[in-house]
Amino acid sequence: MISGTYTKESASHIIDKIFTNEKASHLYRQLLWLRQSEETLARLYKEQEMRTPTHFGTGQEAVAVGVCEALECEDVVYSHHRCHNHYLAKGGDLFKLVAELYGRIDGCSAGRGGSVHLTAREKGFVISSAILAQTIPVATGSALAFKMDDKPNIAVCFFGEATCEEGAFYESMNYASTYKLPVLFVCENNLYSTESPLNTRQPEDTELCERARAFKISSEKVDGNDVYAVYQAASLAVARIRAGKGPFFLECMTYRWREHVGPCFDHEVNRTYRSKEELESWMEKCPVKKAASYLLRNEMVTKDELSQWNFEIEERVQKAVTLAKQSGWPKALELFENVW
Amino acid sequence: MRVLKYWQALSEGLVQAMEQDPDIFVTGISVDYSSGVFGSTVEACKRFGKKRIFDAPSMENALTGIAIGAAAVGKRPVVFHPRNDFMFLAFDQMINLAAKWKYMYGGNAGELPIVFRAIVGKGWGQGATHSQSLHAVLAHFPGLKVVLPASPKDAKGLTLSALQSNSPVVILEHRSLYNIEGEVSEEPIAVPIGKAEIVRSGSDVTIVAASLMVHEAKIAAIELEKEGIDVELIDIRSLRPLDEETILASIKKTGRLIVVDTSWEMCGLTSEIAALAAEKAFYSLKAPVKRIALANCPAPVSLSLENVFYPKPSTIAKATLALLNKSSDRIGNIDPEDTFKGPY
Ligand SMILES: Cc1ncc(C[n+]2csc(CCOP(=O)(O)OP(=O)(O)O)c2C)c(N)n1
Ligand SMILES: [Mg+2]
Repeated sequence: MISGTYTKESASHIIDKIFTNEKASHLYRQLLWLRQSEETLARLYKEQEMRTPTHFGTGQEAVAVGVCEALECEDVVYSHHRCHNHYLAKGGDLFKLVAELYGRIDGCSAGRGGSVHLTAREKGFVISSAILAQTIPVATGSALAFKMDDKPNIAVCFFGEATCEEGAFYESMNYASTYKLPVLFVCENNLYSTESPLNTRQPEDTELCERARAFKISSEKVDGNDVYAVYQAASLAVARIRAGKGPFFLECMTYRWREHVGPCFDHEVNRTYRSKEELESWMEKCPVKKAASYLLRNEMVTKDELSQWNFEIEERVQKAVTLAKQSGWPKALELFENVW
Repeated sequence: MRVLKYWQALSEGLVQAMEQDPDIFVTGISVDYSSGVFGSTVEACKRFGKKRIFDAPSMENALTGIAIGAAAVGKRPVVFHPRNDFMFLAFDQMINLAAKWKYMYGGNAGELPIVFRAIVGKGWGQGATHSQSLHAVLAHFPGLKVVLPASPKDAKGLTLSALQSNSPVVILEHRSLYNIEGEVSEEPIAVPIGKAEIVRSGSDVTIVAASLMVHEAKIAAIELEKEGIDVELIDIRSLRPLDEETILASIKKTGRLIVVDTSWEMCGLTSEIAALAAEKAFYSLKAPVKRIALANCPAPVSLSLENVFYPKPSTIAKATLALLNKSSDRIGNIDPEDTFKGPY
C-alpha cells in the first residue's frame, strides 16, 4: 500500500538484505529485551515504590524494535507517554530507565522527569513527553535542521492513534510535506485512547493513511505485531526519506495488553470498556511469540537457543533493576538545578 | 554616539548575532516579506538569504515545536510573531516543553537555545485580540526568560543577549516603540538579561515601569520635576529574571513606589513588584504602593473608549501627586499626540 513513486520492486535490494539469520535473531532478542524489561517493571510497580504514572507498552514491542532497527545511531527518535519500548529499542540504558522510575539520581532524567519524560541523547533518543502530539512537531524540527545542514539523518516520532485527533499533528504533516523534511511519523494504532474506543473518536472506516496522503505524504499500514513486517516497511520508508522524498507516515496496528496507565490488566480491576476475550485474541498475536515461530519455522534458531536468550535477558534485566534500586536520591539542595 | 531607531537597532542586533553564529535562523509569519517586520528583518534577509530567514505558515503551536526540535539538534532558532497574542496557540510548546526542557530531563537532553520575538500592539482600534502583552503570563513559568526592551540600545543589546542565551528567551517588542530614536553603539554589546536600568535617578518616589510605559513615565517625571518632585525611574527590562536588588534599593531610598505596566493589574507585573515591596521593603515604605495598568476590561476599539483604557503620562503624573498628597491642578495636557499610522 505504499503510495508515491517508490515501489517495492525498486527497493527489493533493501528487503533482500533484511532477513539474514543474524538480523532476524537480533530483532527477536530485542523484542524479548523490551518484553522482559517492561514485564519486570510492571511486576515491581505494584510495590508502589515507582511513584510515577506509567504507561506500559507490553504487546506493542514490535513497532519500536522494527522501526528503531531500521535506523542509524545518528537518527533521532522522539516518543510520547508510552515510551519505554522506544527508549530501549533505540539503545537507552535500562538501568537509567529503572532509576528514573524510582526517582533516583542515576535516572536518565536525574529523577526530574519520570516515566513519561525520558532521554538518551547519546543514543539518539532525544525525548519523550506526556502531552499528546507534543513531540510530533519537535521531530519535524529536528528534520528541518538536518535538511538545513545537509545531514543524512532522519527524525522519527512515535505516537498513538489518538494523537491523530490533535491539531499539532496536522500542522506538522502540512509543514513536513511542504518542505519535504526527512521525518518518519510512526503511529501505533492500538484501538484505544485510555478507555475510549476508536468509534467514538474517528469516523467509521477511517484510514489514517488516507489522511497522510491528503497532505501528499506517502504512507503504509502494517501489522504492528509482526516485527519483520514493521522492520521491512520501516526500512523502505527510511530509504525513501533518506533519498530526499520527504516525510512518511507508517501506521502499525497493535494492541495494548495492560491498563492505560498502571500495571494491571483491565479485567483484573473490573474495567468494562473492553473484554478479556478481546485481550486474549490479541495475546495470541503476541509479537514475541510471532517472531519466535518465524525463526523456528525458518530454522533460523533452535528451541535451546531461544531459552538460552530468555535466560540471558532475564539476568540482564535483574542486574539493571538491582543496580537502580541502589542508586541515591537527588538532594534537596539540588532542587533548583537546571532551571535554565 | 550614533542614533538609531528601535527597529534599526533590532535589525542590527539580529544581523550581528547572525554573523557571529551560523546556527541562527529566523522563521515566522512574514519575516522575509519586503517590509521585513517593520524593517527589522530586511537587512538580515539581504545578508543571509532565504536559507536562514524564511516565512512560515500560520501554525504557531507546531512551529514552536519545530523550533524546539531544531534547537535540540544544534540550531539556534528565532521564532517571530507579528502579534504576541498569536503565541497563545504556542503555549503548549513554549510552556509545557521549552520552559521545562533543561529541568525535566535533568539537564541530560541538552540545552534549548530559542528566541521568541513577538510584537505587542496598542491602540488604533487593534482591539481585544491584537493589543495585549503576554509578559506576565509567560514570566509565571520557571524556565522562560522574558525581556521587554524599551530603548533602541536595549533592543539591540537584549537581542544579542537572547541570541547568546542557552535557554529560551521571549522578547516582547512594543509596536509603539518601533520608531523611537536613541543612541546605540555600533559594537555588538550585549545587555545582560536580568539587570534593570535606572533611567533617571531621584529621591522622592520610585516609578518602576517596562516597555512603552518607561517612556510614558519619563514624560511624567519631567512634568513632576516642575512640581518639585524628584522621580527615580527604573526600567526593569526583564520580568524574569527580575532585578529585585535594583528595585529594592530604590524603594529603600525613596520610600514610595509606583508601578506602571502595559498590561492588567491582576496577577501581573504590577502585582509582582508590589508584592516584592511588601515582602522585602515594607518598613521603608512611607505610603501605600500605587499600581497603574490597563483598565480592567478587554481592549476596546472605539477611539473614545481607547482614550480611557490606556494609562498615559498624565495618569502617572496625577497618581504620583496624589501619592504625595499634592494637588494635580497644574498638570496640563502632557500626553503626546498619537502619531501612529494604521492599520497595524
Ligand atoms: C494534550 C493531552 N490531552 C490529553 C492527555 C491525556 N491522555 C494521556 S494518554 C491519552 C490517550 C492517548 O491515546 P493514544 O495516543 O492512542 O496512545 P496510547 O495511550 O493508546 O498508547 C490521553 C487522552 C494528554 N496527556 N495530553
Ligand atoms: Mg491508542
